[in-house]
Amino acid sequence: MEQDILRLHARYAHALDDDRLEEWPDFFTEKGRYRVTTAESEARGLPLPVLYAEGRAMLRDRVASLRHANIYEPQRYRHIVSSILITVESSTRATSMANFLVVRVMENGEATFFASGRYLDRIALPELRYEERVVVCDSRRFDTLLAIPL
Amino acid sequence: MLERSWPVEGATRVPYWVYQDEDVYREELERIWRGATWSYLCLEAELPEPQSFLTTFVGDMPVVVTRDAKGALHAFENRCAHRGALICMQARGKAERFNCIYHNWTYDHAGNLTNVAFRKGIAGKGGMPADARPESQAPRKLRVEGIRGLVFGTLSGEAPDLRTYIGPAILPRLERVLVKPLKVLGTYTQVLPNNWKLYMDNVKDTYHASLLHLFFTRFRINRLTQKGGVFVSPDGAHHCTFTEMVEDQGDAYEAGGMRSAGSQEFELQAPEMLDQVDEFGDRVAIQILSLFPGFVLHQIRNSLAARQVLPRGIGRTELNWTLFGFADDDAAMLRRRLLQANLVGPAGYISMEDGAATGFVQRGVAAAAGRASVIEMGGATIGSGDSRVTETAVRGLWKAWRSHMHL
Repeated sequence: MEQDILRLHARYAHALDDDRLEEWPDFFTEKGRYRVTTAESEARGLPLPVLYAEGRAMLRDRVASLRHANIYEPQRYRHIVSSILITVESSTRATSMANFLVVRVMENGEATFFASGRYLDRIALPELRYEERVVVCDSRRFDTLLAIPL
Repeated sequence: MLERSWPVEGATRVPYWVYQDEDVYREELERIWRGATWSYLCLEAELPEPQSFLTTFVGDMPVVVTRDAKGALHAFENRCAHRGALICMQARGKAERFNCIYHNWTYDHAGNLTNVAFRKGIAGKGGMPADARPESQAPRKLRVEGIRGLVFGTLSGEAPDLRTYIGPAILPRLERVLVKPLKVLGTYTQVLPNNWKLYMDNVKDTYHASLLHLFFTRFRINRLTQKGGVFVSPDGAHHCTFTEMVEDQGDAYEAGGMRSAGSQEFELQAPEMLDQVDEFGDRVAIQILSLFPGFVLHQIRNSLAARQVLPRGIGRTELNWTLFGFADDDAAMLRRRLLQANLVGPAGYISMEDGAATGFVQRGVAAAAGRASVIEMGGATIGSGDSRVTETAVRGLWKAWRSHMHL
């Protein structure tokens, strides 16, 4: 099972990095939650998300908006996901904690360190989808904009 | 004194050197940010208890904001009288006093120097002469005023009181949002690759909103055909624009073939994200308010926030977002505000483009210091009105800026 969860994390990263955003909502359960926050907000107990979706419908809205409404300079991410700790709690649920680092690459070749932090996940088994993925960014600063999900 | 000439067209042109010139930048830090203007410091709710503090900036000047043991608010320059080190290096906290880490000089909550370590030396040796006056280099104190839970500061003795500074055209629009004690929901910083004034004139540009931000228009959230208006203070410095909640059924964008026109196949699968409760009872869907030089208050449906603009060099700006609700919000309102947080900030459906667009201007004008932008929508006037197909508030910004800069 741990191998399957490692593959889930890897498939998620590759889908985003390969610009297959339409596949992104399917990594979540029907009511799965996705929340980007900062380490500072977590430490201060502040609820504000940088980006927040409850359920696949909202995740699909995010993708639709990125594809058809939002304007941003062409860019790609490269996710590096490591130091993964998985706890299989029961036959229906696992939790996982992993570090991430995301490099952002612009069309002109400019590659910058864009974000680092932790993924805190609750994973539905045997479905192998995220019931919840909390992206805790180490920094409270975001350069220009956060369009593609982390 | 700067030697620069403004284009002969006057209010309808803004020369690009204003975003590029190091001398202009240094001059505006002095004349505007440290001059006769009020800068937003924080929310009062961020200093909830006696002896709490936080650190922030006014322009490029580091500032400590405090609440003293008796509850009064203070702000002072975060610079030790001795060697100039930061007095306070934490973002926020509580403290009985402030000790500079370098040589342990001590300050109270009002920024008064209260102790110089070993001032009289040890065993009659060393120490400062009796007539030494280290207080002569004390950190500067700011005048501090609060208004409905917002805290502002100024170094200027000449700036009028805060309410007079904001003025009767804009003050009621500020007060309509800040009706109850505030509660901080969270903060983050968006780093923008452009001059601070490009962000401010983006905020004041009512013409761009529905053309750049396609999310608005595609989902018919805000169109220029909806009822709304713009208020500009007589000196041009401050502005407020609003849009009413009525759904727009017209198709001016579709008929005009706008890039931002709607399409039948594109609608939200989870539209509850946008559900608004008319919490102020006036059917206003969106209100954007700015105070010169660097403060923005927004109400976008039920998302409320203070934005602090900080210049960080000619081509870099930090935008500190503090989203808030009211202390008596129920669980449903809190959830609504958190869902609608998706509209704003670096990942905001309707604000992510602002950083991109203003950055494009900074890059686009790189070789055009001698050219100027054309700001002629609505003619050359500066004033309030019921049309948002105008750049009147942008012209207001430059009127105020030129007045402070003597240009």
